[in-house]
Amino acid sequence: MSESTRKKVSAGLARRRRKERVFRMTGLLATTVGIVFLVVFFVDLIGKGSSAFRQTFVNLEVNFDAAIVAPDGSVDLQYADFDALARNALRGLFPEVSGRGPLRELNQLLSVGAGYQLRDMLVENPDLLGMTQSVWLPASSNVDMLQKGNIDASIDASLRTISDAQLAWIDALQRTGRLELHWNRAFFTNGDSREPELAGIRGALVGSFYMLLVTLVLALPIGVAAAIYLEEFAPRNRWSDLIEVNINNLAAVPSIVFGLLGLAVFINWAALPRSAPLVGGLVLSLLTLPVIIIASRAAIKAVPPSIRNAALGLGASRMQVVFHHVMPLSLPGMLTGAIIGMSRALGESAPLLMIGMVAFIVDVPAGLSDPATALPVQIYLWADSPERAFAERTSAAIMVLLGFLMLMNLVAVVLRKRMEQKW
Amino acid sequence: MQGNTLILILATTSVVAFFMGRARSLKLVSGPQLRGKLHSLPGYYGYFTAIWCLLPALLVLSLWFSLESRVIIALLVKQLPAAQQALSAGELNLLLNNIQNLANGDAISGVADSMLSESAARYLAYTDASRRMLVIVTLAVAGLGGVLAWRRIHPALRARNKVEQIVLVLLVAASSIAILTTIGIVLSVLFEALRFFQKVPISEFLFGLNWSPQTAIRADQVGSSGNFGALPLFAGTLLITTIAMLVAVPVGLMTAIYLAEYSSRSVRATVKPLLEILAGIPTVVYGFFAALTVAPWVRRTGEALGLEVASESALAAGFVMGVMIIPLVSSLADDAINAVPSAMRDGALGLGSTRSETMRKVILPAALPGIVGGILLAVSRAIGETMIVVMAAGLAANLTANPFEAVTTVTVQIVTLLVGDQEFDSAKTLAAFALGLMLFTVTLCLNVLGLRVVRKYREQYE
Repeated sequence: MSESTRKKVSAGLARRRRKERVFRMTGLLATTVGIVFLVVFFVDLIGKGSSAFRQTFVNLEVNFDAAIVAPDGSVDLQYADFDALARNALRGLFPEVSGRGPLRELNQLLSVGAGYQLRDMLVENPDLLGMTQSVWLPASSNVDMLQKGNIDASIDASLRTISDAQLAWIDALQRTGRLELHWNRAFFTNGDSREPELAGIRGALVGSFYMLLVTLVLALPIGVAAAIYLEEFAPRNRWSDLIEVNINNLAAVPSIVFGLLGLAVFINWAALPRSAPLVGGLVLSLLTLPVIIIASRAAIKAVPPSIRNAALGLGASRMQVVFHHVMPLSLPGMLTGAIIGMSRALGESAPLLMIGMVAFIVDVPAGLSDPATALPVQIYLWADSPERAFAERTSAAIMVLLGFLMLMNLVAVVLRKRMEQKW
Repeated sequence: MQGNTLILILATTSVVAFFMGRARSLKLVSGPQLRGKLHSLPGYYGYFTAIWCLLPALLVLSLWFSLESRVIIALLVKQLPAAQQALSAGELNLLLNNIQNLANGDAISGVADSMLSESAARYLAYTDASRRMLVIVTLAVAGLGGVLAWRRIHPALRARNKVEQIVLVLLVAASSIAILTTIGIVLSVLFEALRFFQKVPISEFLFGLNWSPQTAIRADQVGSSGNFGALPLFAGTLLITTIAMLVAVPVGLMTAIYLAEYSSRSVRATVKPLLEILAGIPTVVYGFFAALTVAPWVRRTGEALGLEVASESALAAGFVMGVMIIPLVSSLADDAINAVPSAMRDGALGLGSTRSETMRKVILPAALPGIVGGILLAVSRAIGETMIVVMAAGLAANLTANPFEAVTTVTVQIVTLLVGDQEFDSAKTLAAFALGLMLFTVTLCLNVLGLRVVRKYREQYE
């Protein structure tokens, strides 16, 4: 190398090394951005949502007064004023409160669910009638938010949802140990509700479960069958090329378009019921079918041809080769694909909006054609609610959803690791 | 009898048929030791019988379920007084609804006069008769099919070939469902869109500047112009997609480069799965995060800088969407980079170029088609993304390029137009399908193009 070239190179070296460093740092920065977002996201979510798993309860000595709930001897479950039992008990703690306005404010400390709880207790144990018992009743969501520090008590009374008198009562209850945060069971056992403190995810969970059931029953066999045909039997012609292109494209079609299909075909044309898990499951199975087909084809491809040849050589028919040898060997891969497809279906909400699964539904669905929502749709509905308490519940519901998704993916990973066969 | 019970009975019958067919084939050659005389293994004779027992019955069952309500309603209408039969389609529908509600014991609108209650009773009777007939017909078909197949069993019957033929037909049917789905999408979207274009000219839809889909119920209503110029929606979609791409492409690409070229194996092994978590988070969760965390933050930051920021700014939705797409871009870019033969890389390094020079001047140009294909797929994903924009972008159709203002997108409008109850043939509802057609066409083109580029390029170096 001549002297002049060497000079030229070494003159540029510092600049080139600096460029190298900058490039490398940019790469590191980009990688960190993704991770940082993930961390921020989870910290934000857990910070917002973890408090929803605990709920404020008020301890009251409730007298199951026969004069109120059973004025004519038997308990009128439909129309009796069970709320009055709770109200009276609360008033017993603060005998000095009088007048319509203050009394109403006092009653507002309790959730409207208190009456239902007392009714259920009485149904379960009719002997309670006329007796007095210590009961933990749900507080209203305002009290709950105050307990969890989401309402600032120091700002002007006109700006907060809790009055000064209520603050004093809450303080008194707290000092006597009658106000505590307990495990929020209602969140897992109730359906949706307009009252945040009573709203739960059971209905949405059951709806999602039914939908996934339909999806699994339809998409897994059809997907596996399609994959088997395409890999093992399909002649290389236009038709199978068309199917192949189709499947790859379907996997990338926006999910909302599947919702339009569901609305036009299943609801308007086939007249299936709106908001039903059956229709949701049908749409989701069309959505997951490409995922399952692609994964199953990869699993079938991984089975070495020597196994097919050996079976064929021993006189098995092609169908026997597939069903006796190839399919059992590729089943773990197919199942992994199915689980990944199902986890995608579980998180999907846009197509469900199209087929009317966004209705406000209190009852837990009992069958495939009952009106229902799904967990992601419930999250969407709650996220739209203005109450502060619903934001907390939305985050908690998201945590439950992510928990299920992680569980499914974990199962898929374990399945793949355990059943993986090296040829 | 419930449909479920019927299906259970059918399943049991076909299991019985299986064993009967198998037993008959064995009996014909008197005992298992003479099995060799049968053309197929005995089990295939069982399958043969079971399939003939089950398949025709299932066919009848599904046909029955799909036609039942139509036939009953047609019968019901025929029995109605002439005055009611002459009603318009909408009013007739209302009447039929009333009859069905009365029959099911639900609340009805209006009084239950004798005509209504008679019809309701008739409706119940028809439904009852239909169900009973269904059970009888299905079981008869199952029995007949089973018996006929059973009688056909003969040692020379090629049971295995017949069973395998039927299985092959089922496999073909399963694989055609993918085609049927595409046809279904195209037809359902296209038909409704064509109906829409009869009401609103296609040129106004594509190039009109004014979008306010509230159609007037009365002529003198204010603010219900029913304008269907979708250009602001396309512009809004484009704006949010551009913001998302400005986030996702540089970050995703640089992540892929860093992981492929600079990071140690262990870093790569931890970072990649972490990024996949990002890809696995449901979009509704991103939407919640965009609406409740990112949007207020963007607004506060903007205000601190003295900028006017809408609370549902395009920036917040676009940014979160970009984060969602990072893993997609980075994994596709990773594939493209890894597909470049290492000889090219080694050659460049051997000539004395630095690693960044190798990457920028050799590998990236070679991998460019693959990366572009991946970006096309990412764009298609961003255009079709729904939940993030529904929750974090606005509803007002502004024609603007300012990322701090609220814009609306095609998917947001589809959701807004179709959620809730409305009659199906109003221009408002049909507009959603026209938007769906646009969405499907554009994403399909991007997908076909992207997939083709990615695949063609992958083959080039293999």
